[in-house]
Amino acid sequence: MSTDFAIDVRNLNKRFGDKHVVRDLSLQVRPGEIFGFLGPNGSGKTTTIRMMCGLLTPDSGSGTCLGYDILRDSAKIKRQVGYMTQRFSYWDDLNIRENLDFVARMYGLPNRRAAVDQALEGLGLTARAKQLVGTLSGGWKQRIALAACMLHEPKLLLLDEPTAGVDPSARRDFWEELHRLSALGISVLVSTHYMDEAERCHKLAYIAHGELLAQGKAREIARQEGLSTWAIHGDALDQLSKKVKALPGVEQTVVFGTTLHVSGRDAEALEKSLRAVVAGTRWRLEAMETGLEDAFIYFMSRAVDRTGFRNE
Amino acid sequence: MVRKEFLQLRRDRISLAMVVGIPFVQLILFGYAINTDPKQMVTAVISSDHSEFTRSFVSAMQQSDYFRVVNKWTDEESARAALRRGEAMFVLNIPPDFTRRLLRGERPALLLEADATDPVAAGAAVGAIEQIAQSALKKDAVGALSYLAEPESQKPFQVHVHRLFNPDSISRNNIVPGLMGMILTLMMVLLTGLAMTRERERGTMENLLAMPVRPLEVMAGKVAPYIAVGLIQVTLILLAAIFIFRVPFLGSLVWLYVSALLFVAANLTVGIMLSSLARNQLQAMQMTVFFFLPNLMLSGFIFPFQGMPGWAQAIGRALPLTYFLRLVRGIFLKGSEAADIWPSIWPLLVFMVVIMTFAVKFYRKTLD
Repeated sequence: MSTDFAIDVRNLNKRFGDKHVVRDLSLQVRPGEIFGFLGPNGSGKTTTIRMMCGLLTPDSGSGTCLGYDILRDSAKIKRQVGYMTQRFSYWDDLNIRENLDFVARMYGLPNRRAAVDQALEGLGLTARAKQLVGTLSGGWKQRIALAACMLHEPKLLLLDEPTAGVDPSARRDFWEELHRLSALGISVLVSTHYMDEAERCHKLAYIAHGELLAQGKAREIARQEGLSTWAIHGDALDQLSKKVKALPGVEQTVVFGTTLHVSGRDAEALEKSLRAVVAGTRWRLEAMETGLEDAFIYFMSRAVDRTGFRNE
Repeated sequence: MVRKEFLQLRRDRISLAMVVGIPFVQLILFGYAINTDPKQMVTAVISSDHSEFTRSFVSAMQQSDYFRVVNKWTDEESARAALRRGEAMFVLNIPPDFTRRLLRGERPALLLEADATDPVAAGAAVGAIEQIAQSALKKDAVGALSYLAEPESQKPFQVHVHRLFNPDSISRNNIVPGLMGMILTLMMVLLTGLAMTRERERGTMENLLAMPVRPLEVMAGKVAPYIAVGLIQVTLILLAAIFIFRVPFLGSLVWLYVSALLFVAANLTVGIMLSSLARNQLQAMQMTVFFFLPNLMLSGFIFPFQGMPGWAQAIGRALPLTYFLRLVRGIFLKGSEAADIWPSIWPLLVFMVVIMTFAVKFYRKTLD
């Protein structure tokens, strides 16, 4: 049993029919780490997480979760892992306390009442404990879901897009909570679409079409591909983007509001092309550090080239 | 909108299969099985007078197709028990000096005891008995005896019919207890049938699976509350049967509740199994209907069980309602005791264990 990693899976594969949803996926999460799991919709994030907690059986591959074998010991894993589903999956027709109480019973917590009371207090919901969960807003539901999957004090949290559809301030609170938990030594694997959230993770993995494209710290990933990026500030960037794309050295253009990010691996050619374009115009050119988002968009487009798939 | 519905229907393979398959299967099944004029009903003959004439009377009964004489019960007591258990529908008693008195022109009587819990089933056969008597006479009353068959002479003998258990042939007395079984079947299977699929549709199943719960725990937990619901329904129907419909209640309440408990549990396991099989609530509903129809048609609720062809009876024997109907009608109308109900109790137990095994087997521990 290796306890060096909270999660250590190697070469996981999963097919649904003739769709290869996860291919040869390996990843390691250290104890106390917040590990961000990124990738477009349908890229296999949820499937991977489900395989880690025993909800799906991998077709091939192996691994451990908290030192337990993901193929054989899924019962033990379930006891020590808190899994938050992508879709809110508590019982709408039970009230908050009843939901928490049910979860506590399922895990056979010794001092159930105390644990539930404490969770309610932590949520600041003691007064509203009798409210039906179905009547709550998305932000509250998500906080309750997190509290519920923390009830049995798991050592590892698997969170599947926990902040989808949650407003920014609730998201910020949520991430503060995650960092507090991480400081207590709890490992967190969290999947997300948000780049600002990705930057709050200790480590990241990027997955597309079931394949892990990059893994590491945010900075490392951005640098990994050797991309240089320039920003062009100004108006009518849409047309400019089309024009720039055809130039030598330019591999990718992305419009961010009033800024156009242009990236390429050949730094010299890129700079030369861009300087020529903006010369004598109102557009302002500025060198910048390649951001995570630029890097990810780059991964994505290359993944499409390689597999022939389109991301829908 | 119409187009969208058609497209969705086409994608839903199981629904489509049901749309096409159900009417077809049901038509074939029930078209052949249903017979409101039941034939071949099991009859015991207790004869204390073995003469030419009584033999031809019995064979005339056989030939009429209404009666199937079974020589399993030969004394009064065992024949009565067979009637109570519902194994035999009729008992024919031939008194010791029947032939002698017949020849003397004393107009003796034969006694036909009928299980009239189901008046329809008994009715047709009872109606035919006069005819049978006449034809038996015609065959034997030749030569010196031809005076017996003369049309102007009064009937040389009589057939007394005793309608047991439901002497006034009130069909309500048969249908109301049967309805208890019918209602319980539909409600219990439907309630639990939706139980698991509801979790699946609402997405809470994934959460449930992620928790350390064993399949049997989940199923037992799902079933338990509905046992209480079922027994409440039993009580309501029982009260209505006795006080509103005035159905006689001769048996023991304890046995009724024991039978009902088993029957409710048996149907709940069916519901749970369907629930494990169905992918959504619609499918669960369809499966419930699929299970319900044979129960309605082949259990002896609407059509007499003994009137159905052998294969239909075989299907009926695999359904819990068939046994519960015997139990509940027996307890209501015949005052059945432990020994009478046991033959219908054990099949329920077997059914339950088998279905529960399947249900646990079909329960998907993962989302695969």
